[in-house]
Amino acid sequence: MVEKNKTFQVVDHIVMILLCLFCLVPFLIMFSSSITSETTLIREGYSIFPKDIDFAAYKYLLTGTDDIIRGYIITICVTFIGTLANLVLTILFAYPLSRRDLPYRNVFAFILFFTMLFNGGIVPSYIMWSRFFHISNTYWALIIPNLMMNAFYVIMVRTYFQSNIPDAVLEAARIDGAGEWKILLQIVLPMSKPIIATVILLVGLHYWNDWTNGLYYINKDKYYSIQVLLNRMLQDVQFLMSSASGDSAALAASIPSVALKMAVAVAGVLPVMIIYPFLQKYFVKGITIGAVKG
Amino acid sequence: MRSKKTKLKRFIPLYMMMVPGLAYLLINNYIPMLGIVIAFKQVNFRKGIIASPWVGLSNFKFLFKGDAWIITRNTLGYNILFIFLTPIIAITVAILLNELRSAMSKKFYQTVILIPYLISIVVTSYLVYAFLATDNGYFNNTILPLFGLEAKSWYSSPQYWPFILVLVHIWKGFGYSTIIYYATLVGIDSGYYEAAAIDGANRWKRIVHVTLPALKPTIITLTLLSIGRIFYSDFGLFYQVPMSSGPLLDVTNTIDTYVYRALMQSNNIGMSSAAGVYQSIIGFILVLGANILTRKISAEDALF
Repeated sequence: MVEKNKTFQVVDHIVMILLCLFCLVPFLIMFSSSITSETTLIREGYSIFPKDIDFAAYKYLLTGTDDIIRGYIITICVTFIGTLANLVLTILFAYPLSRRDLPYRNVFAFILFFTMLFNGGIVPSYIMWSRFFHISNTYWALIIPNLMMNAFYVIMVRTYFQSNIPDAVLEAARIDGAGEWKILLQIVLPMSKPIIATVILLVGLHYWNDWTNGLYYINKDKYYSIQVLLNRMLQDVQFLMSSASGDSAALAASIPSVALKMAVAVAGVLPVMIIYPFLQKYFVKGITIGAVKG
Repeated sequence: MRSKKTKLKRFIPLYMMMVPGLAYLLINNYIPMLGIVIAFKQVNFRKGIIASPWVGLSNFKFLFKGDAWIITRNTLGYNILFIFLTPIIAITVAILLNELRSAMSKKFYQTVILIPYLISIVVTSYLVYAFLATDNGYFNNTILPLFGLEAKSWYSSPQYWPFILVLVHIWKGFGYSTIIYYATLVGIDSGYYEAAAIDGANRWKRIVHVTLPALKPTIITLTLLSIGRIFYSDFGLFYQVPMSSGPLLDVTNTIDTYVYRALMQSNNIGMSSAAGVYQSIIGFILVLGANILTRKISAEDALF
């Protein structure tokens, strides 16, 4: 019995390690290729282990073009502002909904919930944002459409408030003469740090990874966030070179374009990869609370 | 009467809090719902949407004469595959994780399998490209020569793509589903396992008689959620991962990619809005249907 169990544990570990490799090998190829010299890549293709080491692609990313740096700055600002806006809207909507004594609460809950069941599709939305609000080629386009509030997270936060903040606490605050805003800011929010952290992470990840708003609304490269830039480069390798400053023809010949492709992809995931291990717990929590109904 | 008024007055700050959210929902979600009328019009922006002439169902007629069959087949076909494969793989991995004894390795494996879920589909496309690129790809340069096979032009060979897309979808998403199932497993009262062990149940019997029944509600909820979304596809997976390659369209074009191409590339507002409305309405019916079904199977797992 004990013997059998030991064998099972070993087999289990082997299967899990293979699965981990399945997840990680693509990243390994991406990273190795980004630090391989251009001539080797052209001769032998992308590979799991670098056959020689050459940081030319990164050198070019940092000095040859300002697109990547600008893309980073735009993505960081958009992620920060967007996540903050989303958090404010979400909390302000979730808290009243969590109050069982609020008259017409169900009406508001339905208005929110219905957006999860039915939508008008991308065409009316695109026409509205681009023709009536004129957000094409502005930073707003990266922040506002579809991302600023999500019914899913509102319901998640509302449920958290309902099940973790006792009515008695709210009642006591009210008797002490605290207004609703004061109760929200000084009592409810400090008691809700885990859910706030979870929302920040999930929404932040959405903003960081978003490329569809850029695809629809942005075609000027000075507004490209890092993901939009990656998207453009995948379709058109020449893109970075055509926007290179200075003597572009001479420069284009010396650009390590095969390695560069992988280097920009590394640039797109690096921040997420660095932050993730530290926040893994919150991601897992967010997924498990969020997935099964709110 | 008076008391009711003062009572409502007390709630004014709460209603005020909801105003920004309501405004956003109105603009971002409800106004576009009215835009469904676009599908029944021949839109002319000089006249404005309201003054544009009505054309009845002719946009839909064109759609159903043309690409409707292929995009519906692809959207449904891939989703049905995903609906079956994802839970099978995720539940297996969740059980394997749960059976491990070392807490540290459990945490490590969990962390790693979630990584693909965190990256954008654009980066995923780069990873796929690293394998499949014709000149520099890992397959053509390293794997195929090992077996003495000729290099292939992957991005123009549609026969491989159903397999590739399913694999990419699973690579990106199985960690996420695994975590959800695993969380349910961790919540199972260990008393059940002890009782089963006393009754002499082996590992396999414990899995079949304790673990799987405990997962049933989660399986039902997640499956019904996906059935409700069966008319929607992951736009990035079908547009970006095949690099929007023309020769692959037959097996990669879904409703979502069709709507995008019709709207942004061929500028055909009529067709794209017709396809969008087709998707919204059937999608809505399916969500309601899925929910009615859940109520019948197990009422407490219904969404509403």
